[in-house]
Amino acid sequence: MARKLPAVDVVLVGFGWTAAILGQELTDAGLNVVALERGGWRDTSTDFGVTFAQDELRYYWRRALFEEPARETLTFRNDQSQTALPMRHLGSFLPATGVGGAGIHWNGQNWRFLPSDFVAKSHNTQRYGSLPDGMTIQDWGVTYEELEPYYDRFEYICGISGKAGNLNGKIQAGGNPFEGPRKREYPNPPMEMAYAPTLFAQAATETGHVPFPCPSANMSRAYTNPLGVTLGPCTYCGFCEKFGCGNYSKSSPQTTILPVLMRKKNFELRTECEVLSVKHDMAAKRATGVIYVDTQGEEWEQPAEIVVLCAFAQHNPWLMMLSGIGQRYNPQTGEGTLGKNYAYQIVSSVDVFFDDKIMNPFVGAGALGIGVDEYNGDNFDHAGLGFIGGGYLACWQTNGRPIETHPVPKGTPKWGAKWKQAVAKNYLTTATIATHGAVMSHRGNYLDLDPTYHDVHGRPLLRLTFDYTDNEHKMSDYLTDRAAEIAKAMKPREFHAKKREGHYSIVPYQTTHNTGGAIMGTDPKSSVVNRYLQTWDLHNLFVMGSCVFPQNPGYNPTGTVGALTYWAADAIKNKYLKNPGALVQA
Amino acid sequence: MNIFRYGALAAMAFSAGIAGTAAYAADTSYAQLQRGKSLVDAGDCVSCHTVDGGKPFAGGRPIETPFGLIYSPNITPDRETGIGAWSDEEFYNAMHFGTDPKGARLYPAFPYPYYSKLTRSDVDAIRQYLNTLPPVRSAIAVSANNAHRVSGLIWPLNYRFFMRGWDWLFFDPGEFRPNPKKSAEWNRGAYLVEGAAHCGACHTPKNTLGGDENSHLLQGANIQNWFAPQIANDVRSGVGSWSTDDIVEYLKTGRNKFSGATGPMAEVVGNSTSKLPDSDLHAIAVYLKDTPGAAVDAGSKPEQKIFASGKAIFADSCAGCHQANGQGVPQMFPPLAHNANVQSSDPATTIRVILEGAQTVPTSARPTASSMPAYNWKLSDDQIAAVANFVRNSWGNSAPAVSASQVAEMRRQLQANIAQ
Repeated sequence: MARKLPAVDVVLVGFGWTAAILGQELTDAGLNVVALERGGWRDTSTDFGVTFAQDELRYYWRRALFEEPARETLTFRNDQSQTALPMRHLGSFLPATGVGGAGIHWNGQNWRFLPSDFVAKSHNTQRYGSLPDGMTIQDWGVTYEELEPYYDRFEYICGISGKAGNLNGKIQAGGNPFEGPRKREYPNPPMEMAYAPTLFAQAATETGHVPFPCPSANMSRAYTNPLGVTLGPCTYCGFCEKFGCGNYSKSSPQTTILPVLMRKKNFELRTECEVLSVKHDMAAKRATGVIYVDTQGEEWEQPAEIVVLCAFAQHNPWLMMLSGIGQRYNPQTGEGTLGKNYAYQIVSSVDVFFDDKIMNPFVGAGALGIGVDEYNGDNFDHAGLGFIGGGYLACWQTNGRPIETHPVPKGTPKWGAKWKQAVAKNYLTTATIATHGAVMSHRGNYLDLDPTYHDVHGRPLLRLTFDYTDNEHKMSDYLTDRAAEIAKAMKPREFHAKKREGHYSIVPYQTTHNTGGAIMGTDPKSSVVNRYLQTWDLHNLFVMGSCVFPQNPGYNPTGTVGALTYWAADAIKNKYLKNPGALVQA
Repeated sequence: MNIFRYGALAAMAFSAGIAGTAAYAADTSYAQLQRGKSLVDAGDCVSCHTVDGGKPFAGGRPIETPFGLIYSPNITPDRETGIGAWSDEEFYNAMHFGTDPKGARLYPAFPYPYYSKLTRSDVDAIRQYLNTLPPVRSAIAVSANNAHRVSGLIWPLNYRFFMRGWDWLFFDPGEFRPNPKKSAEWNRGAYLVEGAAHCGACHTPKNTLGGDENSHLLQGANIQNWFAPQIANDVRSGVGSWSTDDIVEYLKTGRNKFSGATGPMAEVVGNSTSKLPDSDLHAIAVYLKDTPGAAVDAGSKPEQKIFASGKAIFADSCAGCHQANGQGVPQMFPPLAHNANVQSSDPATTIRVILEGAQTVPTSARPTASSMPAYNWKLSDDQIAAVANFVRNSWGNSAPAVSASQVAEMRRQLQANIAQ
């Protein structure tokens, strides 16, 4: 029996990016806020200080910052005919545990989605006619124009380094000409560019593209954000993704918001507290609080006026399923919304080998790179191509980490003396072009509860059913072919295109860009939350994170997660608090 | 002179006794209480009188002195375990003469030699502000704390009567006397620095018995394995290259373009100077800039081999934050070039910070608590000495050589601190 605690105004479930933003905004509004984080406290000098942050074995291969599958995991299958099995090692994606969440170990690739991405269904049907059978994409219920101030807010909190490509509708030389109009420049200039991306930029220009420096949450210079928090300049050490930054140079909750938030008297963080379920009163259409368990195994009830789910993407819809909130999605009938439209990312790459060009790959940063955006979203005519959507191509120079990075040409043995010779020959002289493709939602891709496997608390595990469809493969192959054309123009000794073939595999690492499951939309029949990320069922329950994306566009999600969180925070502060109830009438 | 003062005091106490304690009401006006609070902030009373995790001002914190540990008393108005039962006279006696209500000598870990400079009306304001705090009942009563023998101190200093001799030697009670040749602002600064803020308690060198060497006022001192740097007006190792605005910024926000407050100064900024009005901070700066500094020994350059080794270690381990040119990142990672503390003749702070790391104090103006991690597990004594020599003698810096045995000794001392 859970012991009941005194009520608070707001309880935040999980304490990564979205909870840090909401904690800051809602305490500013005078509310008493409690955040519950299942993992521990983490900070720069104590948990990834510069004396040990670059420990590849500890942080990546031994998974120091990630979710432990022994504690919490999910089961997976490609389609409904299969029996899902539990993931016992992390693979394709890397959720975090602990304060800061995955905001600690991201690369810092911080994008805005295209204006057309937010109206994907209406835009594509209008231009290309009916959608392929089984594709379940929809419009978001919020537009790029509405989100622009909130993208801006997140970028200035983070101190994103970049070059505007579209200022108030005027295309800017040096930036991404395809981006939606932005009101002002990035807070920081682009990073110093490494050699490989520079070669890519030349080849991209020669082949008729408009290359630009990718927007980066790695600081191009020291920066003090609007909250007064200071970040240091990036040292290009090449330990971003899968690592915490020891130099205060990568935007994370710790380096941008927590120094201010943690000092506030109306904010409280409880670490090592795992939320088990959301309590609610369906008749009153209200959540009443949450039940959580501490490390001693004690269960507590934390009543709250507002409950916000801020856990990692798929954990939020899972928690709703476990709490009996909403109608679970049924792929046979298409009814129900909770768990619907899980999507991911489809990535591929082209390795480009040179003899005489020294890239020094160990000089890197998570978002150091040059991109081209000609093949993203609906930036190009899809007529006759047999797919919709797209992705960016980019030559990143993220790292040359010794255990992870050993580029070798096709045909090289997997081990032994020849492999070693090939690594030694190519380590310094290889560039990689990555493609980062959208995944459209599909009737058969969804989240539900596993009938067999349980977690440490006896709760059914989340079951993920997912595979790529024709749309993704055609799109990704198209992107890879374009990347190969630019690779060829770089005039290398050889290049090797690695297309993403066959079924989705959850084993090799790809990206941590999981989306959907508690999607946003314009009506309760097709979405879990409304345009303000408020659940249709319980007016004081809000859901943050990429789980609200109705489908996954061709960019990294964090920028949009941040923008949507500021957008929702604004709605809570300026609409909901004045008149608690449904912000959109069903 | 002391005898004369005590006589006068006895007469005052006698007359107060006749008048009775309720003869006049305490001034509890807002202005008076705010004045008291401002002085309590300036005095950083809360730092010493609060144990980690304890109630503010309820005492119990062990204070390290060169002569052993002494525990701070409860100064909340609890009548039994705090100072609630003290009369205003008794409070003034403690502040002005360093004596407790029974006439026993206090130890100068409580910096009464500084507080003696405060005016009677300021002491009353402090007392009246302390009276507004919630009374906290502490485990150890203030009276027990003031027993005539104190267990944490070494013989013979553990006997309070010994302090009579100390006071006779080093303590001359008396209020601050303004210097009419100086501006009102200078005098305000002097009053704060020499009085409530007791800056010299750390920054003025001490004789073997812990008395201030006033001929070297604010010229830097080693205190419990920190070197509290010179804050007099020397260019290389003091605040000579800082403008008054730089000093104000440092005291208010915990950092400026030259430095960040870490170690004991982090606590001083966090609990004290960051809460003072700008006018007081400016007055302090004016006074410090007018306090003559002492040029310190630059020593001789380290051997070329050691310097080269230090340079390589610096490039590997330090340049990421402090930058290859030693310029650091202003307000974030302190510059080492032209850094006064780095160039102090006594390398204690430099060695200590390399060994155990440091955290810059977060303030509301500068909330980022930028931190340096410890290198004690990563670098040997020789390596730390080499890199210390490099930073103390590069980019225009010069300071005496640091030896590996100094690093080893600091390691030993810090280990002993932990054991204690």
